[in-house]
Amino acid sequence: MAINKNKTPMPSQSPGERVKNFNEVPLGYTQEQAVAEAKRCIQCKNAPCVDGCPVEIDIPAFIKMIAEGDFIGAAIKLKEKNCLPGVCGRVCPQEDQCEKVCTLARKFDPVAIGSLERFAADYEQGRGKIKIPEKTKANGKKIAVVGSGPSGLTIAGDLAKLGYKVTIFEALHKAGGVLVYGIPEFRLPKSIVQREVDYIEKLGVEIKPDYVIGKVHAVDELFEMGYDAVYVGIGAGLPMFMKIDGENLNGVYSANELLTRSNLMKAYDDSYDTPVIKAKKYAVVGGGNVAMDSARTALRLGAEKVYNVYRRSRKEMPARDEEIERAEEEGIDFRLLTNPVRIIDNGNGWVKALECIRMELGEPDESGRRRPVPVKSSEFTIDVDVVVMAIGAGANPLLTSATPDIKLNKWGYITVDEKTGMTSKKNVYAGGDIVTGSATVISAMGVARKIARVIHESFKYEK
Amino acid sequence: MYKILEKEDIAPGEKLYVLDAPDIARKAKPGQFVIIIIDEKGERIPLTIADFNREKGTITIIVQEVGKSTMQLGNIKKGEGILNVVGPLGIPTHIEKYGTVVCVGGGVGIACIYPIARGMKEAGNRVISILGARTKDFIFWEDKIKTVSDEFYITTDDGSSGKKGFVSDQLKDIIDNKEKIDLVMTIGPAIMMKVVSETTRPFNIKTVVSLNSIMVDGTGMCGSCRVEVDGKTKFACVDGPDFDAHKVNFNLLNDRQKVYLKEEKEAHKKCRLEERISGNK
Ligand SMILES: Cc1cc2nc3c(=O)[nH]c(=O)nc-3n(C[C@H](O)[C@H](O)[C@H](O)COP(=O)(O)OP(=O)(O)OC[C@H]3O[C@@H](n4cnc5c(N)ncnc54)[C@H](O)[C@@H]3O)c2cc1C
Ligand SMILES: Cc1cc2nc3c(=O)[nH]c(=O)nc-3n(C[C@H](O)[C@H](O)[C@H](O)COP(=O)(O)OP(=O)(O)OC[C@H]3O[C@@H](n4cnc5c(N)ncnc54)[C@H](O)[C@@H]3O)c2cc1C
Ligand code: SF4
Ligand code: SF4
Ligand code: FES
Repeated sequence: MAINKNKTPMPSQSPGERVKNFNEVPLGYTQEQAVAEAKRCIQCKNAPCVDGCPVEIDIPAFIKMIAEGDFIGAAIKLKEKNCLPGVCGRVCPQEDQCEKVCTLARKFDPVAIGSLERFAADYEQGRGKIKIPEKTKANGKKIAVVGSGPSGLTIAGDLAKLGYKVTIFEALHKAGGVLVYGIPEFRLPKSIVQREVDYIEKLGVEIKPDYVIGKVHAVDELFEMGYDAVYVGIGAGLPMFMKIDGENLNGVYSANELLTRSNLMKAYDDSYDTPVIKAKKYAVVGGGNVAMDSARTALRLGAEKVYNVYRRSRKEMPARDEEIERAEEEGIDFRLLTNPVRIIDNGNGWVKALECIRMELGEPDESGRRRPVPVKSSEFTIDVDVVVMAIGAGANPLLTSATPDIKLNKWGYITVDEKTGMTSKKNVYAGGDIVTGSATVISAMGVARKIARVIHESFKYEK
Repeated sequence: MYKILEKEDIAPGEKLYVLDAPDIARKAKPGQFVIIIIDEKGERIPLTIADFNREKGTITIIVQEVGKSTMQLGNIKKGEGILNVVGPLGIPTHIEKYGTVVCVGGGVGIACIYPIARGMKEAGNRVISILGARTKDFIFWEDKIKTVSDEFYITTDDGSSGKKGFVSDQLKDIIDNKEKIDLVMTIGPAIMMKVVSETTRPFNIKTVVSLNSIMVDGTGMCGSCRVEVDGKTKFACVDGPDFDAHKVNFNLLNDRQKVYLKEEKEAHKKCRLEERISGNK
């Protein structure tokens, strides 16, 4: 049978329709589409795709099950390695991971591994009955996990399955980290995150929301409370600003604030109480996924015009191509090679305009990308009501400043032993964005899986 | 759920709540705050911990009903609960033996000043407390604050209790009487804190304010609470809420507190209407 060169396309909401709502953009495969796509997989013996997946999902095996119509089996297979398949199938940068190394990609489109993962996870959920894997007998050891982002959830799930008693302490009132406060509903529905969090709880993990570690309990107190090891997965949630004039005006948001108000606090839904500024013209500064998410959120909040201001060219944008394309389709006005220099006020404490300068690309910098340099006397202004700073995030010092025996690097991220993930403090491990700086969901999960194994090894011989 | 163990009307439109929150009570220190969420659809509301009892595992908050959320809280009864309470947040007020400390509380800030006055007293300071409000009905916790003060004054705008005038007038009198003051702590409306700050500035008296900027997470993640201190941007929730009053940009604080004025007015109207319909008021 000849292989179809192209991926089976996934139906999605049209741009004109979707900017008016917060519903998910891609709609997911039907059973027929999933089976057709699964049949494109040639079941490579060496399965290079598996090496491309940080959590080592047995990709050919789950895809084979979909091809054979055993959708539940496929979901169970996925969850042997990945307790958040519905999330990863949606937000993993597959084009840089599993799909990049898929054998088919040498000549054709790779197999749509992510879309199939999403399909199997959604199918199982749709059937209502979730199979809980058998747990190893309780081993009497207690683990505290700080932060309920993808890395915290993963290590908690893995250790619970191995018989540990795990408690997650989360600062916010909902579990999921960036998955609930950052990534918008139209890319990752919160109901999907919730059901995967529910699954972790069903594995026996206790989740305590509203617990800011470093404030309500110090890390040392967790040991006094009887925990045998602590995993710190607190993410990189410190918003960055440009330190330009006018940045504290009313109408200037960090991306974190806009997204938190909209996602976690559901400000777009009038039945919720959290306010958000609803304005006509927005400028979003930055070129990553966070900037795309902020720009597309602004549109859905009712903005008439949304600019994206980025200092390099389209080629250097760190956002996923797919996200940039969607933003373009939705009508985001890209102002590339443009950098803000100050924010101008309207005399009443509010933003009136953004003054920018044109940039050109010079010699490559340390990151290998060509360094943007300002073009002299090329300043101009864009009239806007709201400016969103989406220029990156740093390490939040709240926990680490209260725990001085955890060593940090010069940017405030936690330094760990590369092999074990252990910090400079005994039996305290760390992983995810708080170690690497802003990265991806799947890399945070991959590291968490490895550290789960290290922790298990370290207790195995102890009695 | 965090249970409301006690509820009391303390002044017109101001209510006291004692919440069952043992983990927070165990750690709370003067100057810290909590963030509460009333129910699934509620917003995150920052409130100072006005008192705490470690043995009983309780914290006390005093809330002025100014808008939709605080009014909705007012309708929740003793014995019922609040969905989320997170804390203690913020850096505790720095308490040490300074010598003479003047604690100035205005409006609902009276509640916030109490644990600080108590802490300062326990640390061996001579404590002078000044409470201020529009009129006498808005003064509360007089006795409580008296017991931790060496000197005690009240000012009201209309003279219905204590001295007629502002807290800053009383403060000025004390300064003019050549009393040696080592620290002034002040909590209240932005305008009051600004005036107190201007009162002490010419005399170089160290003055600390507790800033109530608009907050969301309270953990340094969103930047909503940005304030300007000494020309630098700070996050009130994690770098504060206490700051050196003489370095605070109060105009910015005042502007930023009004960001959601339009949205709040709409919510307020809706809320009043709903209350009228349900016959609550
Ligand atoms: C808007 C946005 C869009 C993104 N889009 C993508 C995408 O499409 N694909 C992708 O792969 N990646 C994406 N990322 C990156 C990805 O979300 C992160 O790399 C990932 O979430 C990191 O996981 P984590 O577990 O390390 O931390 P986080 O997800 O940041 O979770 C950390 C958790 O710890 C909690 N916490 C912090 N301090 C404390 C404390 N002291 N006590 C208790 N709890 C605490 C936080 O509240 C938070 O819930 C995006 C990020 C953002 C912001
Ligand atoms: C650290 C801190 C401690 C505080 N302590 C107390 C206290 O002990 N007692 C008390 O009565 N009030 C306190 N406040 C103020 C209280 O949080 C607000 O009055 C409350 O959030 C108003 O909500 P609302 O929906 O009822 O009113 P709204 O109609 O929404 O707002 C009325 C006004 O309250 C302020 N406000 C609104 N939302 C917030 C928010 N999320 N964060 C901060 N301010 C906001 C704004 O200035 C606004 O104009 C404190 C605020 C902070 C930051
Ligand atoms: S988890 Fe991510 S990398 Fe792994 S198979 Fe799924 S989409 Fe690919
Ligand atoms: S590399 Fe591609 S074709 Fe080969 S097994 Fe993996 S998904 Fe299938
Ligand atoms: S309230 Fe979000 S950073 Fe202070």
